[in-house]
Amino acid sequence: MSDSISPCDEHGPAPVLESRPVIVEVRNVNKSYLRGSHIIPVLRDIRLDIREGEFLALMGPSGSGKSTLLNLIAGIDKVDSGSIVIGGVDITALDETELAHWRATHVGFIFQFYNLIPVLTAFENVELPLQLTGLSRAERREHVETALRVVNLANRMDHYPAQLSGGEQQRVAIARAVVTDPTILVADEPTGDLDRASAREIMSLMCRLNRESGKTIIMVTHDPKAAEAAQVIRHLDKGYLNHAHP
Amino acid sequence: MRILKLFFRNAFRHKLRTGLTILGITIAILAFGMLRTLVNAWYAGVEASSANRLVIRNAISLVFPLPLAYKDRIRQVEGVTLVSWGNWFGGVYIEEKNFFPNFAVEPRSFLALYPEYLLPDMQRSSFLSDRKGAVAGKKIADRFGWKVGDTVTLKGTIFPGNWEFTIRGIYRGKDRSVDETQFFFHWEYLDETVRKTAPRRAGQVGYYIIGIANPNLAGEVSAAIDAAFKNSLAETLTETEKAFQMSFVSMTEAILIAIQLVSIVIIVIIMAVVANTMAMTARERIGEYAVFKTLGFGGRFIAGLIFGESLFISLLGTAIGIGLTFPVAAAFHDYLGTYFPIFFVEKETVLMGVAAGILVGVVAALFPTWRAVRIRIADGLRRIG
Repeated sequence: MSDSISPCDEHGPAPVLESRPVIVEVRNVNKSYLRGSHIIPVLRDIRLDIREGEFLALMGPSGSGKSTLLNLIAGIDKVDSGSIVIGGVDITALDETELAHWRATHVGFIFQFYNLIPVLTAFENVELPLQLTGLSRAERREHVETALRVVNLANRMDHYPAQLSGGEQQRVAIARAVVTDPTILVADEPTGDLDRASAREIMSLMCRLNRESGKTIIMVTHDPKAAEAAQVIRHLDKGYLNHAHP
Repeated sequence: MRILKLFFRNAFRHKLRTGLTILGITIAILAFGMLRTLVNAWYAGVEASSANRLVIRNAISLVFPLPLAYKDRIRQVEGVTLVSWGNWFGGVYIEEKNFFPNFAVEPRSFLALYPEYLLPDMQRSSFLSDRKGAVAGKKIADRFGWKVGDTVTLKGTIFPGNWEFTIRGIYRGKDRSVDETQFFFHWEYLDETVRKTAPRRAGQVGYYIIGIANPNLAGEVSAAIDAAFKNSLAETLTETEKAFQMSFVSMTEAILIAIQLVSIVIIVIIMAVVANTMAMTARERIGEYAVFKTLGFGGRFIAGLIFGESLFISLLGTAIGIGLTFPVAAAFHDYLGTYFPIFFVEKETVLMGVAAGILVGVVAALFPTWRAVRIRIADGLRRIG
């Protein structure tokens, strides 16, 4: 497969999104950090709608605020002002415990450095989010095996992260992200630590999840090739959100 | 949750570091246990003393004797049920390094006052009927290979000469707090011999031991006895057996306090070592804790991971340390049993060791847990990579 061909091409044309409901509504969000005595604004008056089943790429230079916006949408950071409503829930109004519960149910995370727990096998890593659900051991096993089959790692489930390649570790991370069937998938530079071939493999997998399973994906990336997989690309620059299409 | 599996695996992620930490805890608990046992051994005489027994000695000093003639007047004091007397003999068996305590006692009253010395009836009657007979503790008999019927010669230091005794009995303690390294013989044998060799020293006893009917009246009985001999040539000092034993221990109290302090310092040091290990561990895993939080696990889970690992390491070291304390204490006792006849690891020492282990584990986990629970997820994730 040539680099010039989008990893999503093999999965057919992008579906029409306009008819889909908005699942993520970001309204007038501001966020700043305190560095010593200085307040550094990171996001300024962000407004963003993401529709159900949309694959959105957030791009921008380092320090533009894209990871911060992703963290806010994923409920792992708090806004200074504004609101974020996901699936009808205003997550900015939730306390830490409610937010943790909401994250466990509604968000799947894919990180640049995979962030697998090194002392757990691939199976156990994927099973982790399910530990917070009321599923029985047999049901958990079924879910985990299905998720690992989706990422083509059913035969490596007893391997520890150190026994897997970078691409395989990221596939395990994707299996962990989807195993609870979350409302949204958030991916922070998912190909940032991978070689080109592994990166294509991961993007192809994410496309499949988006096109075939209808997963809403929000991805931060520096990589234009990875961004090609997205249906919508939004650029952030100095805390402001601009609009662009692939 | 697989939290047990998780903190077990986490504990051995850095095998060398964990191994060294466990070794440190093991040594600390072993040292703690040995020091506590040493202190207990020092107090063994005090602990073994009976509330029903009073000791009467010369008011000036224990080295000055009391007249045997006092015994009848003592017997008349209200509350006194039994009067016995004796002398510290200070005999040496073959050479000085074979030290063991040996006393001349009035045998009938002595055995009646000390029911904790268990002697078979046959041996008891044999001992009582033989003026040159002696009774040895099981440990001292085992040490020198003495059997009933053997002749033993002690070289007198306070009472010069070679003194021959026939072992008529070997006593056992009713429990392990009873000293089984002592040697007793008839006071009359001593007195008769002294009467011939040093008549001025005859009819003198080193101390009286009396039985009282009511331990609550020990103060009144003591006062009555001492009042009876007020302004005599040999005034008496009467005290409970416990106070009498304590007067020996108090001479070395500063050393005991120092030993107790050292045992506490050891625990504090190991607490700092384990806290350092746990702080390093938590710092290295802060990203992982952030991942757990991201996935929806709460602060309690993170705290459980850190506390569990800390307690696991601490209690493993504690268990090994306590396990080793028993054979080491036994070896110590074999080697220095002469000086510490009662040297065994008490239940309280084991419980204190376990409590110290738990304390170390809990305290060591406090700061890392506080830090890991408080850290913002975004900050924790930033530490990865």
